[in-house]
Amino acid sequence: MSQSIMTEPALPPTEPSTLRPKLRLDGLTHEFRTGGAPPVKAIEGISLDVAPGAFVSLIGQSGCGKSTLFNIMAGLLQPSAGRVVLDGEDITGRAGLVSYMLQKDLLLPWRTILDNVIFGLEIQGVDRREARAVAEPLMDRYGLGRFKTHYPASLSGGMRQRAALLRTLLCNNDVILLDEPFAALDAQTRFRMQEWLLTLWKDFGRTVLFVTHDVDEAIFLSDEICVLSPRPGRIADRFDVSLPRPRGRNVVTAPEFIRAKERCLDLLFSGGQPADSEAA
Amino acid sequence: MTDNVLSDMPAAAQATSSPAAHLKRPLRRKGVVIAHEKSWKRSSIWTLQVGIFVALIGGWELATRLGLIDPFFWSSPSRIYNAFIIVIGEGTLFQDTWFTFKATIIGFLLGSAIGAAIGLSLWWSINAAAVVQPYIVVFNAVPKIALGPLIILIFGIGISSKIALAVAFTAVITALAAYAGVRAVDDDLVKLTLSLGGRRRDVFLKIVVPSAMPWITSSLHINIGLALAGAIAGEFISSQYGLGKIIMYAGSTYDMALIWVGIIILALLAIVLYGAVNWLEHKFTRGQNVKTI
Ligand SMILES: Nc1ncnc2c1ncn2[C@@H]1O[C@H](COP(=O)(O)OP(=O)(O)OP(=O)(O)O)[C@@H](O)[C@H]1O
Ligand SMILES: [Mg+2]
Repeated sequence: MSQSIMTEPALPPTEPSTLRPKLRLDGLTHEFRTGGAPPVKAIEGISLDVAPGAFVSLIGQSGCGKSTLFNIMAGLLQPSAGRVVLDGEDITGRAGLVSYMLQKDLLLPWRTILDNVIFGLEIQGVDRREARAVAEPLMDRYGLGRFKTHYPASLSGGMRQRAALLRTLLCNNDVILLDEPFAALDAQTRFRMQEWLLTLWKDFGRTVLFVTHDVDEAIFLSDEICVLSPRPGRIADRFDVSLPRPRGRNVVTAPEFIRAKERCLDLLFSGGQPADSEAA
Repeated sequence: MTDNVLSDMPAAAQATSSPAAHLKRPLRRKGVVIAHEKSWKRSSIWTLQVGIFVALIGGWELATRLGLIDPFFWSSPSRIYNAFIIVIGEGTLFQDTWFTFKATIIGFLLGSAIGAAIGLSLWWSINAAAVVQPYIVVFNAVPKIALGPLIILIFGIGISSKIALAVAFTAVITALAAYAGVRAVDDDLVKLTLSLGGRRRDVFLKIVVPSAMPWITSSLHINIGLALAGAIAGEFISSQYGLGKIIMYAGSTYDMALIWVGIIILALLAIVLYGAVNWLEHKFTRGQNVKTI
């Protein structure tokens, strides 16, 4: 107890919020223990400060613990060690304080798109009619207006993701976690969705943590990139992407983009796993 | 990959090194034309259905007139019609039909609701579910008709014993269906709700109940027949009213035509209930795949 008081300086309320991180991960470690099998250490000692309004991408090989890390941040999973700190407050193991979009779009099949979009607000206790009034203009503005009364089954993958993303953004949380939101989409839809996401990010002013397998996507979207090592996931490298915004499609040919990409790929594919000889 | 390797080799080597070279050539190499059955027009299906009905009735009547089958045992459409006119004249038919209908509907609604409540409530605790499950399975396997005499003794010969039997017939089916629905709930939807700050109550009301709904409504189709069977079984055992009583009485007096009158009215009741359940199903499972058993 006394230790946590020492590591967490009580910040005076007058201090401008830009000086302290929006979200701080402090030595997060998680071990899965299932039955008689030996425990699996998914992540180890992950510490990270995220500035308010930043767009941070996490990349790493499959199975390195990215979803585990998000589950912990979202309060769905109690870490073996470490803390999650939001606005200076320890929120480890508490759900509902950051918005989380899981790896699937997860729309409720029995609700119309409009009622899916307001689901988060509804869970937070907002009256249905009020929530609809908030959501409808946003759906019109962000290209979902035509689908309000449709059921999810009749929508394309891109539109379903938009609805799920809008639902995530609509919750009144400052931090949103997106776990490979565009992985299942074709390349063209993906492009459009990335631009759409940046528009929303700008409009809503949220802090975004974004998991992806796609290095180009990470560089195109982010202010900052964290590369995780293979399991157990640790932060292997962290760097800023200072390409000016708004970034056009041709940014992929910019020298800084290429340098960033090389840096990521080197880390991902030389990533110190002797058994993984193909990747080397 | 394999293609690249092969194309680098001389043609002769390719033929012998093909992994399937030692297999006998299949006999048929023309491919298979997939046969599709064209669906008929709705009107033709309907015409055919009516045609079959008319042919059956006509054939039955004809066979009795020609003496091919014994009308004493099999009755005939004209005799059934006459019996129908007579019972309508007596004025008790409506009362008996209403009695059976009421017992069936109330038993159906009560039984389905109780069953759904039991099945859904098992979601709240996996341990409670594990404890209760064998009881449900055993009660499902016991022939509920065996409870008949007991229920009549407890509830009397009035409508409540018929309702109780209809409940006994229907509740377990819906309980099992609802429980199957509960177990099939997508864990990720639960996770989503929790990540949004939802409590178990939210998960239950907004995820578990709606996703179990198609399972519950599918059991309702079966419950129509079961509720009718329960009500009729009660009337068979002991009753002052009801179609079951009419059929039982007709049987004891060898009035085959009257038996058929009872059966036909039961069939009409079943059709009405079936329509109502289909409507309900449509209303409660929008956007979801309907699970039909
Ligand atoms: N419930 C669990 N029980 C045991 N081991 C688990 C469990 N969940 C995840 N793991 C293990 O933890 C490791 C990290 O899993 P996680 O899902 O976080 O990876 P990921 O980085 O999100 O992978 P992907 O990119 O494929 O989504 C994996 O090796 C996985 O096998
Ligand atoms: Mg994952």
